[in-house]
Amino acid sequence: MRSNNNIILETTMKVVLFIIVLFSVYIFFAGHYYPGGGFIGGLMTSGAIVLLLIAYDIKTVATILPVNYRTMTGIGLLFAIGTSAGSLLFNVPFLTHAFGHIEVPILGDISLHTATLFDLGVYLVVVGVTMTIIQTIGEDE
Amino acid sequence: MNEIINIIIAIFIFVGAFLSLVAAFGVIRLPDVYTRNHAASKAATLGVMSVLFGAFLYFYLVEGHFNSRLLLGIVFIFMTSPVAGHLISRAAYNTGVKLWDKSVHDDLKTKVKSKDI
Repeated sequence: MRSNNNIILETTMKVVLFIIVLFSVYIFFAGHYYPGGGFIGGLMTSGAIVLLLIAYDIKTVATILPVNYRTMTGIGLLFAIGTSAGSLLFNVPFLTHAFGHIEVPILGDISLHTATLFDLGVYLVVVGVTMTIIQTIGEDE
Repeated sequence: MNEIINIIIAIFIFVGAFLSLVAAFGVIRLPDVYTRNHAASKAATLGVMSVLFGAFLYFYLVEGHFNSRLLLGIVFIFMTSPVAGHLISRAAYNTGVKLWDKSVHDDLKTKVKSKDI
């Protein structure tokens, strides 16, 4: 732990972090109809984690968010290849996506698209790769 | 009604642009890091907030589109920009950047010497 008197940065970070994560989730889900998507959503989420790393140090952030980012990259690639190869089960070409309106009890009629799952894979890969790069450069042991 | 709305929006955007210009002049004209930082973080914050609010009013009142991202941006800049100014000033002081020759008061110096912070 650093002994610097960083209380202004830490307090602001605690409020601002939630706004950034909320906005990145919004951008991720808005990607189909508005500017956005998995790539900038993932970059913004990793920006929020980098803000945590600026305020605290790597060990503290690893206790707050116990995530192995290399595994996260692998899971993201699995999402992408699984969504693409899943279309082969329905006897259609690779990377064919399905789309439909589905009635959900509370939310009502929502349009779901399997491209969102592909985008979730992109999101996880972007967060994983960015955080792996930054943490590898950042640690000096 | 519509003309009054247009004039209000124009006032907000012109005030914002003028304050940003004042901030730029302050950064050029003022003598040391701390006074420059004072000009940049205060005037530019209010200027950008004013421009964003003008854009929000335009989209809401003229186009009829409530853009909550602009409001979120205003809140975000209001919170983060002064903190950024504070951190830049603190980093400058801790790395030993001198104050302007004519400044007469430095409370932080005695605090740093007595290891009170």
